[in-house]
Amino acid sequence: MFRRFLLLFISIVTLHACSSSEEIVPTITDSFDRNALLINIADNIIIPAYEDFSSKMGALNTAGETFTTTPNQANLEALRTSWFAAYKVWQHIEMFDIGKAEELQFKFYMNIYPVTVADIEDNIADGSYDLNSVNNQDAQGFPALDYLLHGLADSDAAILEKYTTAENKDNYKIYITAVLNQMHTLTLSVVSDFKTQKGAFVASTENTATSSVNKLINDYIFYYEKGLRANKFGIPSGVFSATPLPEKVEGRYKNDVSKELALEALVAVQSLFEGRYYNALTTGVSFKAYLIKLDRTDIASSTSNQFKVAITQIQSLADSFATQINTDNTEMTRSYDELQKAVILLKVDMLQAFNINVDYVDADGD
Amino acid sequence: MWMNRLKYNFKEQTNAAPLAIFRLFFGLMMFASIVRFWANGWIEKLYLVPEFHFSYLGFSWVKPIGNYTYILFIICGASALFVAIGYKYRIAIITFFLSFLYIELMDKTTYLNHYYFISIISFLLLFLPANAYFSFDAFTRKKQYQQIPKWTIDSLKLMLFIIYLSAGFVKLNSDWLFRAMPLKIWLPSKYDLPFIGENLMQQNWFHFAMSWSGMLYDLTIPFLLLYKRTRFVAFLFVVFFHVFTRVLFPIGMFPFIMIVSALIFFDAELHTKIINFIKKYFLKSKTILLLEPNFYYSNLQRKVTLTLFTVFFAIQVLLPWRSVLYPGELFWTEEGYRFSWRVMLMEKAGSTNFKIVNLDSGSQFRVNNTDFLTPFQEKQMSYQPDFILEYAHFLGDHFTKQGHKNIGVFATSYVALNGRLSTRFVDDKVDLYQEKVSFKHKKWILPFQSEIKIKGI
Repeated sequence: MFRRFLLLFISIVTLHACSSSEEIVPTITDSFDRNALLINIADNIIIPAYEDFSSKMGALNTAGETFTTTPNQANLEALRTSWFAAYKVWQHIEMFDIGKAEELQFKFYMNIYPVTVADIEDNIADGSYDLNSVNNQDAQGFPALDYLLHGLADSDAAILEKYTTAENKDNYKIYITAVLNQMHTLTLSVVSDFKTQKGAFVASTENTATSSVNKLINDYIFYYEKGLRANKFGIPSGVFSATPLPEKVEGRYKNDVSKELALEALVAVQSLFEGRYYNALTTGVSFKAYLIKLDRTDIASSTSNQFKVAITQIQSLADSFATQINTDNTEMTRSYDELQKAVILLKVDMLQAFNINVDYVDADGD
Repeated sequence: MWMNRLKYNFKEQTNAAPLAIFRLFFGLMMFASIVRFWANGWIEKLYLVPEFHFSYLGFSWVKPIGNYTYILFIICGASALFVAIGYKYRIAIITFFLSFLYIELMDKTTYLNHYYFISIISFLLLFLPANAYFSFDAFTRKKQYQQIPKWTIDSLKLMLFIIYLSAGFVKLNSDWLFRAMPLKIWLPSKYDLPFIGENLMQQNWFHFAMSWSGMLYDLTIPFLLLYKRTRFVAFLFVVFFHVFTRVLFPIGMFPFIMIVSALIFFDAELHTKIINFIKKYFLKSKTILLLEPNFYYSNLQRKVTLTLFTVFFAIQVLLPWRSVLYPGELFWTEEGYRFSWRVMLMEKAGSTNFKIVNLDSGSQFRVNNTDFLTPFQEKQMSYQPDFILEYAHFLGDHFTKQGHKNIGVFATSYVALNGRLSTRFVDDKVDLYQEKVSFKHKKWILPFQSEIKIKGI
């Protein structure tokens, strides 16, 4: 008896080690092709968006140089235009908190709002600062430029004075240059890293906490819930506080762009779900296709519909969310509620269908 | 056992080796579990990082004790080793039982059926003469007992019987048998397993085959283990089944503990050989101990232990079925779900958010759950009503302490169960802060809405 057990034990260990290849089954590969999903997302969504952003960022940087060399009304306006163009494309890439972007905390250096004006002004007054410091994350990026280009004074003439006649005008110009350099450098690094790592990215399809496919999905949902729903709608409309906080909208100094930026972000989220190519109408393999493959058309169509409902609701808002909040905040919170409905579809229903674990701990299925 | 009292001979003695081996392996497994738990960083992640802990009703005083929690785990792990070698056995098993129980009671977020299993087995071991034979205690007292009362070993078998049968009966429901849920969700997601991931795991028939065989396994395996002629084959099944589940699911040490536990069903011949093997190759001991033929309990000990066991097993038989006392769908309300060997029966997920309302002015704000809960806690809280209620009270207390007056706590909650689309879970008109925490039915849970009902046990 004991010998038999020893034999059994050894054979289990061996079997376990080579994970039993003896199963005789028809080799029907009917599972979803996650590799194709990642390739579509990388090639047709992330890389084109990254490249577009990279070029818009380059243009923004150049416009910044032009403005700091010759600060005048025309160059200020050109810089503002470049700022907005790049900011819109940014809405398409903030959700990709992967690779270098995650490592460098890209999004925290690019789009923390509201900025802390005192920090910016102190930095400018001191003339010495370290933009790589975590403490300065709320004093740089798009929101800092928003302040520097739109928020320094009430009129364009007064803003221009800061760069032309003010006592510390050089420090203002240097600060704009420093912020732009930081954004530009980070962007180049993130974009080139993703391109070189793309092969590894699309190959990492296993169902583990660190695989590309799981991280991408988790980051996607996290971004939608936090970066989009909470930051752009929930926080300013006072969902999480006793009173509304309109000063916390995105692009508050330009003031008439928060809706356009938010819509851009929501369309980006919708496009990733549907697998729609960046800036095109073609669609490829997507989360939605994955759901349909898993026989969960109910989730797939509910989610698509909910995105549409949310977009329609948001389109009815004022261009400036600050204005909208101050005039009729219920429409703003209604938008939040519509966005929240999709959070549930993504976070509860889609994640359950994909069976992606949030965390690595023992569980016996509750 | 108590039903067959007339037939069962409580005076019968049996070889002590199976119990000694059970003690040895159980202790080693427990030690390994504690080491593994620590090495994975779970002490910090599950007990030290969270600022709020979910408590079992009546045990809110059991909380992690800061960095001393590590000492608690050291005590627990060390006592497990002492149990394994059978040194100062009685003190060791009491220490193990209490420290393990304390750890489990600290936060119910980490509840697993297998932790409950360990608590129960170590409770039984408190009373069993597991150090009579092949133990360090026997070595120091220079005396070991060859025979112990048969009912001591049988009590462990009975416990395993209850567990397997309960686990089998609760699988007799329509979701498990006729929708192959939740395996239909879980198995395809194992697409990255070598060889079988991309094909077998994706097959509809395979999901059903696994569901049905899992049910049949649980219902038959204790009987197959009990009868000598089927025992070895049954053990092969045990090994295969548990190794397979280990490959598929994140269930930690549990499969190995169950495999080792099943050894208790074998005749002493096997255990004696294992002991001789260990003696020969590991201990290299030539010490001959005085061999006493029989270990007996004193009359009083025996009476007390047997009475206690009778009550204990009666509770064990009945406890899994307490859910019949509650109205509504069990999988939905989870009232009476825990401690009932309902293992792997549900894939449930939810999203639950709270609103703090000033009942005087009507002004309100929502709570960001991540301010108070870890991702794991939030996940568990989102679909378990008792968690939702406890957390609502915590939030109410927290914001009252912050100076908010006369507040109500309302939850917006959606839950998806076994592949059904998510639906509303909690009545968002009910102020949860006013609802009492108790074992009574929670009326604020909305009824299970799905058209795909769950029928069966």
